[in-house]
Amino acid sequence: MLLNIPLFPESASNMSRQVDYLYFFQIANLLFFTVLVAALVVYFAIRYRRAKSPKPEPIHGSMILEIAWSVIPLGISLIMFAWGAWVYFHFNRPPANAMEIYGTGKQWMWKFQHIEGAREINQLHVPVDRDVRVVLTSQDVIHDFAVPAFRLKGDVIPGRYTSVWFRATKTGTYRLFCDQYCGTLHSGMVGDVIVMNPADYQDWVATRAEGSLGQQGEKIFQQLGCNTCHRSDSQARGPNLAGLYGNPVKLKDGSTVIADEGYIRESVVNPNAKIVAGFDSIMPTFQGQINEDDMLALVYYIKSLHSQEPGGPVKTSPNSTEVPGANPPVKLQ
Amino acid sequence: MATNELPREHYLNSEFGIKSWLLTKDHKRIGILYLLSITFFFFIGGFFATLIRIHLLTPEGALVSADNYNKLFTMHGIMMVFFFLIPSVPAVLGNFVLPLMLGAKDVAFPRINLLSWYIFIIGGVVTLWALVSGGVDTGWTFYTPFSTTFSNTHVITAALGIFIAGFSSILTGLNFIVTIHRMRAPGLTWFRLPLFVWATYATSLIQVLGTPVIAITIVLVALERAFHIGVFDPAYGGDPVLFQHMFWFYSHPAVYIMILPGMGIISELISTFSRKPIFGYKFVAFSSLAIAVFGFIVWSHHMFIAGISVYAAMVASFLSFAVAIPSAIKTFNWAATLYKGSISYRTPMLYAFGFLGLFAIGGLTGLFLATLGLDVHLHDTYFIIAHFHYIMVGGMVMAYLGGIHYWWPKITGRMYPEPWAKLSAMIVFVGFNLTFFPQFILGYLGMPRRYASYPPDWQVLHVLSTAGASILAIGYLLPMIYLLYSLRFGEVAGDNPWGATSLEWQTTSPPPLHNFEVTPVVTEEAYHYSKDREAAFV
Repeated sequence: MLLNIPLFPESASNMSRQVDYLYFFQIANLLFFTVLVAALVVYFAIRYRRAKSPKPEPIHGSMILEIAWSVIPLGISLIMFAWGAWVYFHFNRPPANAMEIYGTGKQWMWKFQHIEGAREINQLHVPVDRDVRVVLTSQDVIHDFAVPAFRLKGDVIPGRYTSVWFRATKTGTYRLFCDQYCGTLHSGMVGDVIVMNPADYQDWVATRAEGSLGQQGEKIFQQLGCNTCHRSDSQARGPNLAGLYGNPVKLKDGSTVIADEGYIRESVVNPNAKIVAGFDSIMPTFQGQINEDDMLALVYYIKSLHSQEPGGPVKTSPNSTEVPGANPPVKLQ
Repeated sequence: MATNELPREHYLNSEFGIKSWLLTKDHKRIGILYLLSITFFFFIGGFFATLIRIHLLTPEGALVSADNYNKLFTMHGIMMVFFFLIPSVPAVLGNFVLPLMLGAKDVAFPRINLLSWYIFIIGGVVTLWALVSGGVDTGWTFYTPFSTTFSNTHVITAALGIFIAGFSSILTGLNFIVTIHRMRAPGLTWFRLPLFVWATYATSLIQVLGTPVIAITIVLVALERAFHIGVFDPAYGGDPVLFQHMFWFYSHPAVYIMILPGMGIISELISTFSRKPIFGYKFVAFSSLAIAVFGFIVWSHHMFIAGISVYAAMVASFLSFAVAIPSAIKTFNWAATLYKGSISYRTPMLYAFGFLGLFAIGGLTGLFLATLGLDVHLHDTYFIIAHFHYIMVGGMVMAYLGGIHYWWPKITGRMYPEPWAKLSAMIVFVGFNLTFFPQFILGYLGMPRRYASYPPDWQVLHVLSTAGASILAIGYLLPMIYLLYSLRFGEVAGDNPWGATSLEWQTTSPPPLHNFEVTPVVTEEAYHYSKDREAAFV
């Protein structure tokens, strides 16, 4: 039975080895200092036991030793700090061309939406050897997207978008956990990440597409009546959204924000938080009228509204139709 | 040294009856009131831990429903953190020993001292009420918006109990700070103070400065839950991560409330049982203060994966490494103190040895978690559980038990039975390691904390952990039996059975009502052991 004890998790992402090296370095450090302290304690305890050493030597200290055992641990700590920060930096900087998947955590399941339209619950299919960025939010409490085989983890927070990214290096099925306590069935909020060959992934995603994420988002855009104000012609009462994503937006108070996913979401649920320069705060809140899955589709749709040369057609993602009334687009700044 | 009779008059026989205890202003009796109450809370918390470990014997969970499992770990955490660990050394041993060490008749504010015990008991009763009326399932960390909006359990009642108990902690800290400043015996300068006093002082600073923040946070959680004021719940425009900042601003320093006094005890034990002054006295003293100060600026290291800015995380990581250095300094100084000492292996010293090993592992695994890239994988797994139990149980509880044995003859006038005590110290050490070492491995494998069930291939490690917990339980129950036995049948200890130098040993055991017949005058440094003194002692 003892031979069956697992000691080490599978390693299946670009980052997992990097994290393992940090772990090995820490273990070496742990062993060195624990053995050092234990050896000193055991040796002194035996060598200077009362029977052998009845008269103690009152020694008060040594500046050299104090400096040595302050500076050496500090030096080692600095190495750990810099190395760990470097790896963390990598975890937090997804490559620009990473493919995106949108995920929602809710008590107690994971829902994922692929851009091509496939949706799945408690399973996440991804292609191998491809950078994948998972944009995450929560419908209710804080969850946490954790894949031990990728050494990857990120909190999933209601009212906010966070993301994790990875590049799976081995096909197979890996455990997905919720690592932030979220209530009754927290321990049931588990799933699988299924890493497939690119061709298999294409087949998988093609057979499940029921209208792309962009088309779903566009439908919601129209259902909620967004297009009555967010248009490019003279009747526009709200800013044109084409070319918005990733660009700076000038606000009424004079400041500038970069329009990321979080900004777009906030502008839907809390439109008065940041008013675009030149517009009035007339937009109603959509808080509570749209669930997080649909919100992700909507945000994806708005992201996909590319800006282009004046007079040209609006370019959107390949599977999406054009935005009604979005022509000709006006540059935001 | 030992005489055959207890002193004729002492604090235990100066008055009799329930009233003489419930209305006492004597710091020694209040210390004993705390000892009884936190032992009660410890066994409640321990009972929950036992149920948790039994439940985890099988992958699908052997004992309770998922809901009840969530309540078990929540109540285990709340009981152990707020009603055992935080008050353990300060309120029990600090109350009993600190004024004696200072050569004082009592603490500065004896009435407030009694008040703080009553507040603590009220807080404990309210929390127990939450428990018997159905329990609470938020985890001891009360993360929002789960605690404010989604949990259907008795969150407000449990939070109220913690809120109330916090005032007890503030008052005790305040009392100790004033006592240390104002009531030292003539000649007892700051650098002649035993290191336990320095550690208690640093702890008291955190108690006074940190506890109000958790009180405010708890009130906000209750208001949010009751009236949806929109501070933490995004559905009402709040920020759930704000709660984590506020919670850890107290609860990380609180970790140091839970370990600093233990470090103070270890200094006393190692000095006494190696017959030497502590190596690098000032470094050990100031490292306590450094830990108390740095402890306030590292809270964000609980939030590396909570979507905080990369640069904020880097600052927190750097400071977390910095706060580890004072602990390293202490550990090396303790080891160096043994050099050329005259070491005896009495029970308190065995606990100190155990502390050194377990605290080293606990501290060094903390570096794993301060390392940003590695924390991403380890956060919220069993690795964290193992790490903080090595500090809290392997460190603090070992130190606390060492301290209880060390001062037992002073508290009761009688010796505990040495062979039984040594046996149980070794049982605790073995049981502890078997319980928590497998959890490090589980953590790296990815086992998330707070799971009522787990994948079957991890069962062996969970079974080992549960086996260890059974051994650990025996190690904790044994002292209950032999310490009670010693109250009546223990050998009479005499004033100073260890031949220690600090002032609490210069009065009778048990001490008289006002501690000293004559106010002591201090003319020597702390731990003035010497060859000549040893000749006289032996």
